[in-house]
Amino acid sequence: MSEAAIQVRNLGKRYRIGGPREAYGTLRDTISSAAMAPLNWLRNRNLNARLQEFWALRDVSFEVQRGEVLGIIGRNGAGKSTLLKILARVTYPTIGEADVCGRVGSLLEVGTGFHPELTGRENIFLNGAVLGMRKAEIQRKFDEIVDFAEIERFLDTPVKRYSSGMYMRLAFAVAAHLEPEILIVDEVLAVGDAAFQKKCLGKMGNATKDGRTVLFVSHNLLAVENLCNWAIYLEGGKIIKRGEPGEVISAYLRNSLSISTERSWNAKEVEQNTEAVHLQHVRVRPADECDRGSITIHTPFSLEFDYWNSDPTARITVCFSLYNQHDILLFNIGPPVESASKGKPSPNGLLRTICHIPGDFLNDGLHRVELTILRNDVPVINESHALTFNVQDSLQEREDWYGDWPGAIRPNLKWESNLILIPEDQNHSP
Amino acid sequence: MTTPVIPKLLTDSSKSTITNRPVTKVRPPQGLAPLDFHELWAYRELLYFLVWRDVKVRYKQTAIGVTWAVLQPFITMVVFSIVFGQLMQVSTGETPYPVFAYVALLPWTFFASAISRSGNSLVYDANLISKVYFPRVIIPLAAVLSNLVDFGVAFTILIGMLLLFGIVPSISILTLPFFLLLALMTALAIGLWLSALNVKYRDVNYAIPFLIQVWLFLTPVAYPTTVVQEHWRFLYSLNPMVGVVEGFRWALLGQQNLSWDLMLFSILIVLALFAGGLFYFRRMEFEFADVV
Repeated sequence: MSEAAIQVRNLGKRYRIGGPREAYGTLRDTISSAAMAPLNWLRNRNLNARLQEFWALRDVSFEVQRGEVLGIIGRNGAGKSTLLKILARVTYPTIGEADVCGRVGSLLEVGTGFHPELTGRENIFLNGAVLGMRKAEIQRKFDEIVDFAEIERFLDTPVKRYSSGMYMRLAFAVAAHLEPEILIVDEVLAVGDAAFQKKCLGKMGNATKDGRTVLFVSHNLLAVENLCNWAIYLEGGKIIKRGEPGEVISAYLRNSLSISTERSWNAKEVEQNTEAVHLQHVRVRPADECDRGSITIHTPFSLEFDYWNSDPTARITVCFSLYNQHDILLFNIGPPVESASKGKPSPNGLLRTICHIPGDFLNDGLHRVELTILRNDVPVINESHALTFNVQDSLQEREDWYGDWPGAIRPNLKWESNLILIPEDQNHSP
Repeated sequence: MTTPVIPKLLTDSSKSTITNRPVTKVRPPQGLAPLDFHELWAYRELLYFLVWRDVKVRYKQTAIGVTWAVLQPFITMVVFSIVFGQLMQVSTGETPYPVFAYVALLPWTFFASAISRSGNSLVYDANLISKVYFPRVIIPLAAVLSNLVDFGVAFTILIGMLLLFGIVPSISILTLPFFLLLALMTALAIGLWLSALNVKYRDVNYAIPFLIQVWLFLTPVAYPTTVVQEHWRFLYSLNPMVGVVEGFRWALLGQQNLSWDLMLFSILIVLALFAGGLFYFRRMEFEFADVV
């Protein structure tokens, strides 16, 4: 059975920015601009130039079938939230249209309508009503919500005295008990500690299993990959790619993370270079090329550095530093002492140095290679952004938790556990 | 191009019940849509909770709580009685000045706090507007309605005063709900205007206290209408609160005859203000979430 729950056709939203009709007009401005109107009319061109139009969303069309989960990814300002706001009818499109078939619940934020002066109990009712629940429905689910939020003891305390964790838990608990046919969710999974996140995602997973239609914006790519049937990637208000989540995510990562897994220096540059040593080509090469060229945490891969040497008497040493996305130096490495070329002059010609990096070693995320080439122990080449590549996480070990995996590296180590002592009292028992 | 809105009847396989799925049509703003009363009715619980929130929150963490609802009109009445009743010897017929003033202060206090609250309501609830859909009219409406509670509390003092001064209202007291409704409509009409303007022009924030102050002078709260000279009467009665205050005095004290011409005129003015306010509100509504 396939039936459209959401149909979006050529949706667009235009904002005016920078012009005289800036968001906060004052009466004085309006009065003075009314007085100046004839003058402005004369310098009309000038006025229009200042009034800039900005399309937050343009020509967006898609269709979501009943029971499907659609993930929407993209950078900040790509139009993701604008799209959700239009579908939730918080704001209006400038052009285009959308039909949403079924009862809609939108969670553009958790805790919308919470009042700091009201108690937890009171806010459950208020927030529930704001999200579109009936009073009877809230009463029926009340105990479940309180259980979920783990705040029984503070039920009659004003929420302004809550810790931010408690506040978010309560807010999410109410939201999680919303049961519309179509759920529109904007980045709400980033709340609470790991345990609570796990619970929330479990709840989201259940919602999708119940055959609910979900539209889901998130920066958490793992969650998108695991929860969604398909995904769209927005950039500059347009859909850049749509399809299977894994592919869309790869496209997003390639476009947005300024990844450069391969870099060449063109012949002219190389020719003009009068240095004795110069770079020609560097690249990241996964051991298993067929896997769309992407590297997961399990993929062994190698870093290849091709360079010219014109001085056969020089000793050339290639070494590099690997940084993770927090710019933490993971390691700095050069060829080991026992390697054949160590300490000997390098032949002239095009040389290739390869470093093999095993799978199950790096953590997921963006990595940067800083390359240094030494000639007779003097650094002659230093490329701080020689290569940038992304190590993708693998869903296999993650059960239903999608937070950051802590640690700089994620090695696969050998584990053992054995029984080494039996309690004495058990020895004597029959 | 647009598919006709036929409520689709589907059998839900899991529950095997027939569900009628509403179709929400998202379209660019197309001129002026009339207020959808069906939808408003569907959101009545939200209205209830917003009124309830306003009432609950109002006197949280105050030492004397709801006593404030009484204190404000009561102290104003005392000051008026000293200044206008004693010092300036304003003539109020056979009605004692304190009762005369308090009867007018009841609808006036309601009106003043209702327009002040509803005028700021959309900005105050900007967070709701930019995150959740519901008919926006609910917000200023809730802000006006929540003041009825204060009105009710302050009203109990009036009963005490009537007993104290031995005044027995006539049968005309039965018309009181009508005048209260007129006060409510006036407040809502002004509230719609101010709240919608406030979204775009924060000047309204500063203008409201000033507006209320001027409006008080133009309303027969501290003095009787008879003070106003005959040839100014027409202009004076453009203020619908004149009709409301006169109506309250007539219904509760039954002192002078109520001018029904004036009453009808007030009603028409209120309806015109209300229609205009609603029109402006609905026209601006599309921008609220983007501008607020």
